[in-house]
Amino acid sequence: MFITKYIKDVYNGVKSLLVGMKRTLYYFTHHKEIITQQYPDNRDTLVLPERFKGEVVMPHDEKNEHRCTGCQACELACPNGTIKVIFKNELNAEGKKKKAIDKLVYHLELCTMCNLCIEACPSDAIKMAQTFEHSVFDRNELTKILNNPGSKIMDGVE
Amino acid sequence: MWSFSNIANNLHEWLSNTFNPTMTLIIEMVLAGVAVIGLFAALGLVLVIMERKVSAWMQIRLGPNRVGPKGLLQSLADTLKLLVKEGLTPNGADKFLFNLAPFIAMIVAMLLMAPIAFAKDFQLWDLNIGVLYVSAVSSLMVISILMAGWSSNNKYSLMGAMRSGAQIVSYELSAGLSVLAVVVMTGSLQVSDIIHSQADGWWIFKGHIPMVIAFVTFIIAVTAETNRAPFDLAEAESELTAGFHTEYSGMKFALFFLAEYVNVFIVCAIGATLFLGGWMPFHIGNWTAFNHVMDYIPSSIWFFGKTFFLIFVIMWFRWTFPRLRIDQLLNLEWKYLLPISMINLLIVTAMAILKWHF
Repeated sequence: MFITKYIKDVYNGVKSLLVGMKRTLYYFTHHKEIITQQYPDNRDTLVLPERFKGEVVMPHDEKNEHRCTGCQACELACPNGTIKVIFKNELNAEGKKKKAIDKLVYHLELCTMCNLCIEACPSDAIKMAQTFEHSVFDRNELTKILNNPGSKIMDGVE
Repeated sequence: MWSFSNIANNLHEWLSNTFNPTMTLIIEMVLAGVAVIGLFAALGLVLVIMERKVSAWMQIRLGPNRVGPKGLLQSLADTLKLLVKEGLTPNGADKFLFNLAPFIAMIVAMLLMAPIAFAKDFQLWDLNIGVLYVSAVSSLMVISILMAGWSSNNKYSLMGAMRSGAQIVSYELSAGLSVLAVVVMTGSLQVSDIIHSQADGWWIFKGHIPMVIAFVTFIIAVTAETNRAPFDLAEAESELTAGFHTEYSGMKFALFFLAEYVNVFIVCAIGATLFLGGWMPFHIGNWTAFNHVMDYIPSSIWFFGKTFFLIFVIMWFRWTFPRLRIDQLLNLEWKYLLPISMINLLIVTAMAILKWHF
C-alpha cells in the first residue's frame, strides 16, 4: 500500500542516517582512532601501513642471490615502461648456456606505484618497499638497477 | 548577582543620568551595534575553529594544530590573511551589486540578532511579533545570494544562486510550519512570552512526540536554509567550484563565509529559544533541590550551551551525510517534510485546544 511504503521509506531513511551519525560520533569521541601521521615530527618513529607502496625493490638473501628468472612478465605488465630487463648468458653447473638477467632497470621517475609488476611476477622476485623519501638533485639517480652487482639467481627458482 | 541584564540596566541608568534622552538612545544604539559586530567577529573565529576541529575528529584526522596552543589561533591567522588579500572585482561583473551583496548578507544576519534573548531580560528588541520577524527577515538572505550569483556574470555563480533560491523558498515552508507548532502551543509570537511559557519544562518535553517531530523538521529545514551540507547545493564545491561566491576573494569572500556561520548561530539560537527553552534552566517537575542547582547556572550559559549544542548537531550532519541532488532535495521537502509538518501542526493544534500537553 502507498501509505505503508511511505512510512517505511521515512523510517528506513532516518534509520540509515542515524547509523551514519553514530559512526561519526564514535570517531569524534575516540581520538585514538586518528590515523594522521605528523610526518616530519615523527620521522624516527613513523610506522607505515603494511600495504604502503613506496618503490619497487628486489630482495636478496645473504648469499647475494635473488629470485628473478628474467621472464619479463613485469616488463610486459608495466603500463608506462618503467621496467626494462637486460639479459646476459651464463654457464650453469653442467657447462650449459643459460639465460639470466644482467640488469633489471627500474625508472622510479616513471613509476606510478600501481603494483601490477609485483602481481605479475611468477617467482615473487620483486616487492614494494616502504621507503618514500625519493627526492634527489639529479634525475639520473632515479634510474635504478634492482639486482645487486654480482648477484645471481637462487637455486631452485625456475 | 552579576548578569547581563544588570550590566545593561546600570549602563542605561548611568547614560540617562549623564546625557539627555535622545543622546542616550543614540549612544545605546551605537553600543548595541558595536556589541553585535563584536559578537559576529567572535562567533566567526570560534565557529570556524570549531567546525575545523569537529570535522577533523569526525574524519579521523587531527585538524589544525600548528598555530597557537592546539591550533586554536588558526582562524585568527586565516582572518588576518583574508584581511590583507585583494578583493578582486571581475571586469564583466555588475560592480555595484557585486560589491553590495556581501554586505546585504551581513546586514540580514545583523537584523536577525535583534529579537534573540541572549540571557534573562537581555534582548535587543522584544517585539511582539518576534518569531514572524525572524522568519520574514531570514528569507531575505536569498536576495544577497541571488545578487552575488547574478552580478558575478559567471555560469557557476548563477547556477548556485538559482539552486539556493529554489532551496530557501521551499524549505522556508517547513521551517515556518514547525515554528508555528510552538506558536500554537504558546499562543504568542513574542520571544520573551515563548521563553516564559517554558519555565515549567521545555517545549520539546512538554509537547510529546509531535513537538519532537517539529523540532527535527525545524533542524532539517534550517540546515537547508543556511545552505550547509548535506544541502550545500548553492556552493557544491565539487560541481560548481564555489557556487555563488566563486568570484569573490579577500574580505568580501570572508563576509559571505562569516554570514554563513552567523546564520548557523542564529538559527540554532532560535531553535534553542523555541524548543529548548532559550535561557531557561533545565527543570524536572518537583525535584526542588535539583531545580535549585540548575538555577545557579547563569542564564547566558544555558542559552549559549543549548545554541552550541545545536550548532554541533548541524556540524555533525555536515560531516556525516553526503550532498543531495537538486531533485532529491526538492523531493525531501515537498513529498516528506511538508506533508509531515502539516499533519504535525494539525495534531499540535488539537493538543493545544484539548490541553493535552503538560
